[in-house]
Amino acid sequence: MTRYFFTRLAGAIPTLFIIITITFFLMRAAPGGPFDQEQALAPEIKANLERAYGLDQPVWTQYGRYLKALLHGDFGPSFKYKDFTVTELIGQGFPVTLQLGIMAIALALLLGIPLGTFAALHHNSAADTATMSLVVTGVAIPSFVVLPFLGLLFGVYLHWLPVAGWENGSLRHLALPVIALALPPLAYIARLTRGSMLEVLRSHYIRTAFAKGLPMRSVIFRHALRPALAPVASYLVPAVASILTGSLVVETIAGLPGIGRYLVQGAINRDYTLVLGMVIIYSALLIVMGLLVDLLYAWLDPRVRL
Amino acid sequence: MSVLDQDAIRRLRASPAAVLALLIILAVVIVTLVGPWLNPNNTQTLDWLHVAARPTLQSAHWFGTDRLGRDLYARTLAGARVSIAIGLVASMISILVGVSYGAIAGYIGGRTDHLMMRIIEILSGLPLIFFVIFLTVIFGRSEYLLFISIGAVGWLTMARIVRGQTLSIRQQEFITAAVASGAGTGRVIARHVVPNVVGTVIVYATLTVPQVILFESFLSFLGLGIQEPGASLGTLIAEGVGEMEAAPWMLLVPGGLLAVLLLCLNIFGDGLRDALDVKEA
Amino acid sequence: MVPTLSVDDLTIRFAHRTGTLEAVAGASLKIEAKECLGVVGESGSGKTQLFLAAMGLLAGRAEVNGSIRFEGEELLGATAAAINRVRGSKLTMIFQDPMTSLTPHLRIGTQLAEVLVCHSGLSWAEARSAAGRMLEKVRMPDAKRRLDQYPYELSGGMRQRVMLAMSLLCKPDLLIADEPTTALDVTLQAQIMELLQAARAETGMALVIISHDLGVIAGLADRILVMYAGRIVENAPAADLLERPRHPYTAELLKCVPSLSGPRLARMPTLAGQPPRPGEVLEACPFAPRCPRVADRCRAERPALAGASNRQVACHFPLI
Repeated sequence: MTRYFFTRLAGAIPTLFIIITITFFLMRAAPGGPFDQEQALAPEIKANLERAYGLDQPVWTQYGRYLKALLHGDFGPSFKYKDFTVTELIGQGFPVTLQLGIMAIALALLLGIPLGTFAALHHNSAADTATMSLVVTGVAIPSFVVLPFLGLLFGVYLHWLPVAGWENGSLRHLALPVIALALPPLAYIARLTRGSMLEVLRSHYIRTAFAKGLPMRSVIFRHALRPALAPVASYLVPAVASILTGSLVVETIAGLPGIGRYLVQGAINRDYTLVLGMVIIYSALLIVMGLLVDLLYAWLDPRVRL
Repeated sequence: MSVLDQDAIRRLRASPAAVLALLIILAVVIVTLVGPWLNPNNTQTLDWLHVAARPTLQSAHWFGTDRLGRDLYARTLAGARVSIAIGLVASMISILVGVSYGAIAGYIGGRTDHLMMRIIEILSGLPLIFFVIFLTVIFGRSEYLLFISIGAVGWLTMARIVRGQTLSIRQQEFITAAVASGAGTGRVIARHVVPNVVGTVIVYATLTVPQVILFESFLSFLGLGIQEPGASLGTLIAEGVGEMEAAPWMLLVPGGLLAVLLLCLNIFGDGLRDALDVKEA
Repeated sequence: MVPTLSVDDLTIRFAHRTGTLEAVAGASLKIEAKECLGVVGESGSGKTQLFLAAMGLLAGRAEVNGSIRFEGEELLGATAAAINRVRGSKLTMIFQDPMTSLTPHLRIGTQLAEVLVCHSGLSWAEARSAAGRMLEKVRMPDAKRRLDQYPYELSGGMRQRVMLAMSLLCKPDLLIADEPTTALDVTLQAQIMELLQAARAETGMALVIISHDLGVIAGLADRILVMYAGRIVENAPAADLLERPRHPYTAELLKCVPSLSGPRLARMPTLAGQPPRPGEVLEACPFAPRCPRVADRCRAERPALAGASNRQVACHFPLI
């Protein structure tokens, strides 16, 4: 199992490397630079700025310097937020986004899997139909519609929860953003679990489990659940990706100080180092998720360990 | 082997939710096309007398107006037109690219497959939005580009699905038989693999359309998609969020329409999937 | 002495889009303690469904009428708890597809031990040792090592031995074997049948062997039941049935069993035609279209199962 893990890890590093390289060169290849957006600067000032940030050097040199700095954990200075380095900005925003993301995926799994199992066990009943209707709604409607609607209902009309703001991560302020972020993956996981569970319950080995006189809870938890979760494991990486994407919007609407905000601003302002830093973080996150999911597969199905 | 055979159509009709969803979708499409005739308000006219007016059927502004006095009815319908158009075109691109890629990767297998899947993995490693931001920043914010970039990004899932299907089909005996009888790779893919994945492709295609519409709205919401003076449902919703507490209808109308549209597309897609997947007893 | 299994007028129907399918119609039988019953019939004859109903394993949309009593206790309509007390311990079943009947992600040892932990209150450690001993009893090669292996590491024959071991762990009073050797090759067939015989001799349990192959049943059964189109058409002690079959269908089946002695035949004897499809409910003898002795009465009136309690046949013109 450990050998499997290190093989996968070794495969993941080149992927990350390729992503960094492609992103770097694409950004440089784009016409225009970080200092074009604002009011036209006098050419000398622009040249000075570019020299200060090392932008007048050949692209390959810039690339080499960037990689060396990366190994030291230095993402470089931000071009727009002149008082901060990218590392500092990431340091401020990342924990917020991470907290938001973890709570959302946890909620999605903790509610989605039981919901799907429940629907499968009560197949074709009214409870099943009701659950599936909720699920379709969750899957279809995006977080940037759900969050304002929730805010309208619980914030503006009912006054139960605040509509926006961070307040150092108070639960009341996190509640609506986390729910809005979790809803689409929750619904999808519930649907996946239900479908998969229904199929597993038809298997011959489940028939054997029942024939052994095992109580329902043993049959479900020991025999049916693990194989039924295989599609959910496949979905985890897209789920995290969708939560990361959703966080851009949710952080914007709810005014949360996470890195999503920086990503969008960075691209619009052509803040090279900031954007690159964001890409690396996001990609690394998804790659780590991919590795974890692979490990999860090996646990779910012993045949995979080959 | 006709995919939409009589039996499948009958089963689809038997599902009231899917039929209702389809009718609503058609209704929305018709209204967006025909709507301007019903209420002659222009999307551009600034009605200074009725700024941020509530929606009422009596006034000229059925859905109210926005901060600048523009009629929300007209703007919402225009936005819907844009969103739907983009959805359809981009989906078609996704499907074509995805099916070809997936079938080739899954069929050829081995190192080629490995390489092709690596590429997908890497592309999936970039959050979609990011890729689109790149292109937008490089080539400027044109709608033409929007079609292509959204479509170019939606093919990933389709490719994965088709590749998975192809891998399992490849093991089956009729493929071995075809190859043994001397059929070349291209021919086997075209005549044996593709027809057997068509059902799955149709299902995922109908589910791709709402995803694409959603993505476009998302981008427009963030200010990276459709620009002023054009509007899509995404930009309208963004405006609405800003006015949420004072003029909630600015959020509810486009938001509600987008929600209903996406919901019905998904329900119909699901119904289609059930109708085509059900095995004969 | 209460019969181990007592089935009375059992009817199983499945609701289907195009109507109702009758899988079993009005079946009645008794299995006494220590008896070995062979049940023979083609696919679709209802032989499997009948015993699945006894085990409470029918698919959801089944409508079951009649009565099935195990050692006096009614199984149909009993609570899940009541059924689970009996199922897997006193009343067990093994199936025809060993390749798919074991849970892929659990070790063999776990799957065996859980039966004992659930029914006999043993600890996991004790249950595992008992499982190991049982595997040796069913002549599993390298038994102790198998406990830690996963199903995919075992061959079909080995998996069927595991299934057998699972069903014997709690010393059942009745073991139902549904086509236990159909998916296996001939040498394995013989071995599995031998194991069943040995188990029966040692514990004195009753045994039901369901098969479409009379040859498999012949050596072991005390009594044989022949089923056709969801109905029991003949019920007789084995020796009697094999030498003096009364139902034409049974006679035809016997002709189909290849034998090493006797004249060499140019063609294998077969039964022409097909059994009626499960949906067709007939007011005639279901075997009429294929029966060499058919007469008008057969096409108009369905024969009921008649005769002495241990020698029954459903035919208007039985052979004897």
